[in-house]
Amino acid sequence: MRIDPKVSQRIMVTVLSLATGLALVILFFIIIFILSKGIPVLNWKFLSTFPSKMGKAGGILPTIAGTFILTLVALVFAVPLGVGAAIYLAEYIREGKTTKIVRFGADCLAGIPSIIFGLFGFILFVVILKMGWSILSGGLTLAFMVLPTIIRTSEEAVKSVPYSWREVSLSLGATKWETIRKVVLPNAVPGILTGIILSVGRSIGETAAIIFTAGSSLRLPTSLFDSVRTMSVHFYILSREGISMKNAYGTAAVLVILILAINLAAYWILHRFTKRNT
Amino acid sequence: MNAIEVKNLSLHYGSFQALKNVNVQFQEKMITALIGPSGCGKSTLLRCLNRMNDLIEGVKITGVVNFRDINIYAPGTDVVELRRHVGMVFQRPNPFPLSVFDNVAYGLRVHQEMKKIQLSAIVERSLQATGLWDDLKDKLSETATELPLYQQQLLCITRLIAIEPKVILMDEPCSALDPIATAKIEELMLELKKKYTIVIVTHNMQQAARVSDYSGFMLMGELIEFNKTGRIFTNPDDKRTQDYITGRFG
Ligand SMILES: Nc1ncnc2c1ncn2[C@@H]1O[C@H](COP(=O)(O)OP(=O)(O)OP(=O)(O)O)[C@@H](O)[C@H]1O
Ligand SMILES: [Mg+2]
Repeated sequence: MRIDPKVSQRIMVTVLSLATGLALVILFFIIIFILSKGIPVLNWKFLSTFPSKMGKAGGILPTIAGTFILTLVALVFAVPLGVGAAIYLAEYIREGKTTKIVRFGADCLAGIPSIIFGLFGFILFVVILKMGWSILSGGLTLAFMVLPTIIRTSEEAVKSVPYSWREVSLSLGATKWETIRKVVLPNAVPGILTGIILSVGRSIGETAAIIFTAGSSLRLPTSLFDSVRTMSVHFYILSREGISMKNAYGTAAVLVILILAINLAAYWILHRFTKRNT
Repeated sequence: MNAIEVKNLSLHYGSFQALKNVNVQFQEKMITALIGPSGCGKSTLLRCLNRMNDLIEGVKITGVVNFRDINIYAPGTDVVELRRHVGMVFQRPNPFPLSVFDNVAYGLRVHQEMKKIQLSAIVERSLQATGLWDDLKDKLSETATELPLYQQQLLCITRLIAIEPKVILMDEPCSALDPIATAKIEELMLELKKKYTIVIVTHNMQQAARVSDYSGFMLMGELIEFNKTGRIFTNPDDKRTQDYITGRFG
């Protein structure tokens, strides 16, 4: 028997809207759950003081600092490298074997579990290069981890800049590099930014790779060779070792708010840029 | 005097020959029109004159194009320098998504460091030359891509003449515009002719007849006939030209 197309249409719309609704409900549930448990713990003191008794009491100041500094170091390495590679792939070499291999490699790298990156970073940076558990080891490992994302999103962003703008720039006597700098890159910024924000999110949420490479020291770092603990790692240790669920939720709430804020900022930036460009 | 001289120019896109042994001279401070049916190679020939075809993969070019008596296809030619002197206006208006001012200033900024005052002066002078100044003088910081289409195209011409090229190549510059805007651009071309050599590709034969001094008729990659526009449109030598301009094909 054939189902009346109108009926099947209605069924599909219902199913799809239910699926969407369910996804939203789950998302909200998680956020509300974390915030309701965590927000009561939050106050200025929690954010601005050092933990004591391994985190059972006191605040999370060094883990906030650790999260920021690690993410920053990762970006400092990954963004120039990734955007550079993307420009090279999109503008300087022809579509062919090389681009395919690089792209395939990037896609494979993007799918590798972070703990493998952690192990790799541990062996290469911590042990072989003798950098120890440090911001540098952790930042470099994170950089490797997010590099594929940055390359691929930047490459798409660079490619999406209309050919006619490059053509006219060249026809006005600009060199290829001037054209890239003045026409291609500015118009690729929203896309590149998207990749960077995804990477920031991934860095902030990472635990395994960081424990392996940056350690979990609760002191404020004074150099790039100091070990740090990020908020995610702190949350993991607090809950895993049953030190303090209360402070774990407080940390989680800060993380969730931070991620929401970053995404909102990203949304706002993208919106402004795209409005200007179309 | 001729500004550009094309000798035995042939061009292949891969295995397809788009230009077949073209010989032509473009006179200085004259308007030359290239006409012919779709796909006959007009744009291809035009883009050979500032080496824009170099950007396309798999293009092979043989022959000579002399600009000021120097072959631009000779090895070692500075293509970037060439394009400062031989500029191009495209079929679709293509201003950058920048302000009106930054659009006009684009080429200038690329070519040399300039004080803001000097830059402003040239931007104003260029906008005046294309008749846009009165309309846009209060809109210099507005985004160019939001202007009406004909102003966008005029702005593209402004952006080009700001760098004072010697030759302006125009590839169907009016095909996206209405008749009133088209008339404005034609008027402008006649004005620009005093300073610049212009080569225009057009599908609009009235346009070719109205603005050009010389016309070339192309067919399947060949330049069939080249002569004074008056002659081409009233008494062409070749029957194929005759057929085309009387609308019997194409
Ligand atoms: N990039 C390219 N690769 C392969 N073939 C091309 C390319 N560009 C143009 N051609 C072919 O070369 C021929 C001439 O193209 P060209 O664009 O110069 O024609 P045209 O006279 O400008 O036509 P139109 O009036 O439609 O613009 C056409 O047959 C076209 O299909
Ligand atoms: Mg064409």
